[in-house]
Amino acid sequence: MKVEQPKYKTSDEVDFVIIGSGAAGGILAKELSTNGFRVVVLEQGPYLTEADYTHNEIKVLGEDLLTNHPKLQPTTFRKTPQDKAKQQRALVYGRSVGGTSVHFTANFWRFHEIDFIERGKVGAIPGANLVDWPIRYADLEPYYTKVEWEIGVSGLAGSSPFDPPRSKPYPMPPLPVKSSGVIFERAARKLGWNPFPAPMAILSQPRPGRSACMNCGFCLGFGCEVGAKSSSLVAAIRVAEKTGRCEIRPDSYVHRIETDARGRAIGAAYFDKDKNTHLQKAKAVIVCANGAETPRLLLMSANSQFPKGLANNSSGVVGKNLMLNSAAISMGVFEHPLNDYQGFAVSRILHDFYELDAQKVGFYGGGGLDGRFDATPIGFALNSLPPDTPKWGTAFKKALAENFTRTMEVFSHGTSLPREENSFSLDPELKDAWGLPALRMTYKDHPDDLKLVKWLNDRALELLDAAGATKKWSYPITEQEFAVHLLGTCRMGNDPKTSVINTDHRTHDVKNLFLCDGSSFVTSGRGQPTMTIEALAFRAADRITALAKSGEISA
Amino acid sequence: MINELSRRRFLSQAGIGVTGAWVSAHWPEMVAAATHAHQAVQSGAAYKFDFFAPAEAVEIDALSARIIPTDDTPGAREAGVVYFIDRALVTFGSGDQQKYREGLPELQRQVRVKFPGVEKFSALTPEQQDAFLHAMEASQTENAARRGRLNTARTFLEALRVATISGFLIDPEAGLGNRDGVGWKVIGREPAHSFQPPFGYYDKDYPGWQPAPKMADKK
Repeated sequence: MKVEQPKYKTSDEVDFVIIGSGAAGGILAKELSTNGFRVVVLEQGPYLTEADYTHNEIKVLGEDLLTNHPKLQPTTFRKTPQDKAKQQRALVYGRSVGGTSVHFTANFWRFHEIDFIERGKVGAIPGANLVDWPIRYADLEPYYTKVEWEIGVSGLAGSSPFDPPRSKPYPMPPLPVKSSGVIFERAARKLGWNPFPAPMAILSQPRPGRSACMNCGFCLGFGCEVGAKSSSLVAAIRVAEKTGRCEIRPDSYVHRIETDARGRAIGAAYFDKDKNTHLQKAKAVIVCANGAETPRLLLMSANSQFPKGLANNSSGVVGKNLMLNSAAISMGVFEHPLNDYQGFAVSRILHDFYELDAQKVGFYGGGGLDGRFDATPIGFALNSLPPDTPKWGTAFKKALAENFTRTMEVFSHGTSLPREENSFSLDPELKDAWGLPALRMTYKDHPDDLKLVKWLNDRALELLDAAGATKKWSYPITEQEFAVHLLGTCRMGNDPKTSVINTDHRTHDVKNLFLCDGSSFVTSGRGQPTMTIEALAFRAADRITALAKSGEISA
Repeated sequence: MINELSRRRFLSQAGIGVTGAWVSAHWPEMVAAATHAHQAVQSGAAYKFDFFAPAEAVEIDALSARIIPTDDTPGAREAGVVYFIDRALVTFGSGDQQKYREGLPELQRQVRVKFPGVEKFSALTPEQQDAFLHAMEASQTENAARRGRLNTARTFLEALRVATISGFLIDPEAGLGNRDGVGWKVIGREPAHSFQPPFGYYDKDYPGWQPAPKMADKK
């Protein structure tokens, strides 16, 4: 269901070239083209649509149909800058039109007020580089509402006593409750907590061209075949295409942002499908490539004017202060079938522990719990049985037969403290299939992050006890070496010495270069970043439109 | 990517070790292997194995049938797992050929040591087979501890286990294997493409979301 688009020549200086078509890039494309600008979106992955998505877990998960590929794009990892990085798969992100929003869980929590002002409230934390956002919840609130109504988020306003203020209810009711949600809700109530229907970027009611969720069960990791999951592809890019001013150019892997003698961006150089290089010229460049690829691109764009990487002269923090969100998982088995493999992942959550009192618990942080099931059959058989289950034979088969329909998980999501030494950088040795420097991840959790998830996970185990689980266990809580949420690596701030972009998402050092994605984050929130990425993108579109209309970008 | 996609997989990586990595690395090729097994079974013709000699295939079939046995429900045998593995070993799993070439004869040698007069694993009774595999498992754990590394047979059995599970539970909807969807039937996964609530036992009598009585006091 592709819409006819304009075809711009690379030599044609369009108003904006947007790098990346995911949660942020899709929305910026929609907003800017709707506002009358000529836009080219360069997406490194292919243009896949509902017709290409499949329930075949082998093709999707095994062949990385929708995600970055470890053979073509190898990565390295090390815990500290003193270590030598070794090759391992360090991260996963969406790599097709729509980006990660195609395959994500679709948990859509707004940030709360505290997420923007936490440093001011809790003070300095040793070993962390925690600072406050230069904007507040109130600045983003209209845009959170815009996300919910324009993209399509289901939920129930007022169902959590901890929710921040909102100007409008959700545009549609929550999705149906799953057995995991009922178990979660009843147990949480027993414990005096406040469970509520999960806000999800999945339609509970149809919208033009999009079906309501059919509960197929292939949700996390998969593209939605009926357009119910609110990916930026179905919810934003299709609108952008209809303006007749936006070209989505897939299979276009940007490796360099070129600048002129004045230090202004002139366009994006990219490899096409056949590895031929092109330079798409534009009046301004907006990078929405995610919290790993955005800093990588800036670092790869170093030149004599920007020896440490583009837009990295003033601060030197491009790629630094990486946050992943802390996480832990406990599993529970129940007497009767939940059949939780049906439907989407999450139907009930709670935010009672969103803001813990550091004086009482002895560490900084906060988080939320969700009740879910998201496993597919082979993965379940290999990874999700209780650890004391025999590995083969009648007892193994029996456990498999009994547990697949009777298992749920309680997922703890929490804060990550920013630490300057946690980063994405260019590996000095390893190259990708295009000969470009591979991503190197450096990451070591702040001790408080580990204390926090252990504490949250203890609550998850309490919940499973209160729920009457016949069996429960947790995955080991260890230092993270694998990234899904890619946050904080080009942080927003008023001071060019300590941040990369200002509150307009404009880089401090390059006037016509803007960044918007998880890299813009100043704090990590409590684990569900996409909602805030999209709210930032709607806000950035307004700011950039105002700047462009006043002639300020080209001045 | 099955292991990386959800952070649960990531968090559990220590527990699954080589197993998950093996599946992840070889998954694309599994599609071809499963397709092959599926077609072979459907054709009804005498099957020509690509890697195993017919006698070896009998042994692999017997071994995988102990990993996922046939009891009151179908097991690896009914799912056509041996065909899946045979195909795997000449495609994506070719890196494991040596494990099978060395591992299977070594296993048979130990069968003859432990059960004098019995020539091969498949000739043992199911009870003897299980007892033998338990003993192998135990001795391998000892050996591994002593040598600080896994021995060949251990690697062979571990590879066989992962291949058996994969051939048993591969998505039948795609027509790739997991013959007649027996693996999914065993685990209770219905193959439908859409479902309606109530989904399970616990949401059957759910009255609809109500605010907690004391919620009003909270804020």
